[in-house]
Amino acid sequence: MVDTVVNSAVPLSVENPVIRSKADVKSLNFFYGNFQGLKNINLTIPDKQVTAMIGPSGCGKSTLLRCFNRMHDLYPGNRYEGEIILHPDNVNILARDVDAIEVRMRISMVFQKPNPFPKSIYENVAYGLRVRGVGRRAVLDEKVEEALRDAALWNEVKDRQHELAFNLSGGQQQRLCIARALASDPELLLFDEPTSALDPIATASIEELIADLKSKVTILIVTHNMQQAARVSDYTAYMYLGEIIEFGITDELFIKPKNRHTEDYITGRFG
Amino acid sequence: MADQVQDIRKLIRQHKLRDHAFALLGLVCMMVAVLILLGLFINLAIDGASRLTPDFFTSFPSRHAERAGILSAWVGTTLVMLVTLIAAVPVGISAAIYLEEYARKNWITDLIEVNVTNLAGVPSIVYGLLALGLFVYQFGFGQSILSAGLTLALLVLPVIIVATREALRAVPRNIREAAYALGATRWQMIQDHLLPYSFGGIMTGVIIGMARAIGETAPLITIGALSYIAFLPPSPVTETAPYVNFEWLTSAFTVLPIQMFNWVSRPEAAFLKNAAATGAVIIVMTLLMNGTAIYLRYQIRKKIKW
Repeated sequence: MVDTVVNSAVPLSVENPVIRSKADVKSLNFFYGNFQGLKNINLTIPDKQVTAMIGPSGCGKSTLLRCFNRMHDLYPGNRYEGEIILHPDNVNILARDVDAIEVRMRISMVFQKPNPFPKSIYENVAYGLRVRGVGRRAVLDEKVEEALRDAALWNEVKDRQHELAFNLSGGQQQRLCIARALASDPELLLFDEPTSALDPIATASIEELIADLKSKVTILIVTHNMQQAARVSDYTAYMYLGEIIEFGITDELFIKPKNRHTEDYITGRFG
Repeated sequence: MADQVQDIRKLIRQHKLRDHAFALLGLVCMMVAVLILLGLFINLAIDGASRLTPDFFTSFPSRHAERAGILSAWVGTTLVMLVTLIAAVPVGISAAIYLEEYARKNWITDLIEVNVTNLAGVPSIVYGLLALGLFVYQFGFGQSILSAGLTLALLVLPVIIVATREALRAVPRNIREAAYALGATRWQMIQDHLLPYSFGGIMTGVIIGMARAIGETAPLITIGALSYIAFLPPSPVTETAPYVNFEWLTSAFTVLPIQMFNWVSRPEAAFLKNAAATGAVIIVMTLLMNGTAIYLRYQIRKKIKW
């Protein structure tokens, strides 16, 4: 195991032989116009692990997540300072000369509310490949099946792949969105409060799925649900007012937080 | 306790009374509008009923009211509408996509937006004057179907732009983000998602624009539509290669509302019957177009739920 990192300014050891870093956030500041949404964020995302970001509403956890796939580029007036270095090729994905589309092709995202396209189940999953110019039916069929299996949805939908995605239940729609994100073999998978619109049973199935997926892909999940972070993640970052207050191994952070503020939050004294 | 319940019931009775009163008022207002329109239509249909025979649609206008028909008028209307459609739809939709998806939001786009909305309210005769100078004289298209179609295209362009922008805006942000998050470029997002999902709304706008254009008279009189034509434009389709022919574009023309106007201004009562029959035809055409728009929108909305 890696040494626990208490202060996020000290990154997890990249050279560690057991767990390598998938991405390093270095001195990241983010601005919505004049409002600073993120303040000097330093964070290491361990490879093939689940890292959770928790914190009260408005603490900047979703803002940080959306930096990873440059979603902020879509709206005018947003500005990044600092770096997010993606390994193994050590590219700064926030650099101006790195195309946001290239970043989004390597890093997929699952959103808060299930947002399938009003197309068939098959076309939803295939879209990421179609964007990459894959048109051969055999390749698409194979990739769609693989992604649906990985998202634990195959058995439920294999006989009705050409029905509209809206006919699925909320939990199935969210797993479809996960399959859609997985179909193009991302290196990093971002989850933005993926179960906040789902019932407890669907939530449990998504959490199970996240645990299964980490052998394939590095996962970064934002959640407002502390129990969920405790259940699914290996590492947890606690954020407050745009800053990372504490980052460490999940079990340690929840059992004996080093920071008073973290303790107050996870014991429910505020937030 | 019992008193309190009595009070609550009394209050509810009063509120419900007001509720019913407003429902009644709304019903009366709606019936006034609907009945007046229905009355107009029935009046036209009854006056023109005796003239609404197949011969009416296959005869040219004539000095003899009983022998006169609207052949040249409905062919003219159809061809002018065709030109309008071909000219206005691609330009209108492209302009809307640009304004909605590509243009930066600054004072210039705000200005353009205000102007487009304003253009939708400019009296149509103004478009006629513009077209007379531009298409008829400057471009030398003459008093032709081409000039007429382009004039009406100008007229419906703002309607199509506004409707298309509304339809694009109705596609929720999370669907756009889903496409972008998979690595789609802006055009891929527009082509694969925005346009298919907003197709119903865009078609509705186009059809409503066309339904407005079909009844327009003033701008076409301004650019020199004839009111008495006893010939048809050259056919767009020919029997010999290349099977299409564009001479019809330069042909003189008349349209249904002008034909109707012409007959209304005649003193003989028999011609008034022709005018009424023509009016009924125009209203039925407009109703059919609007009906198609509603049906299309319903069919497409059925498949999409956000």
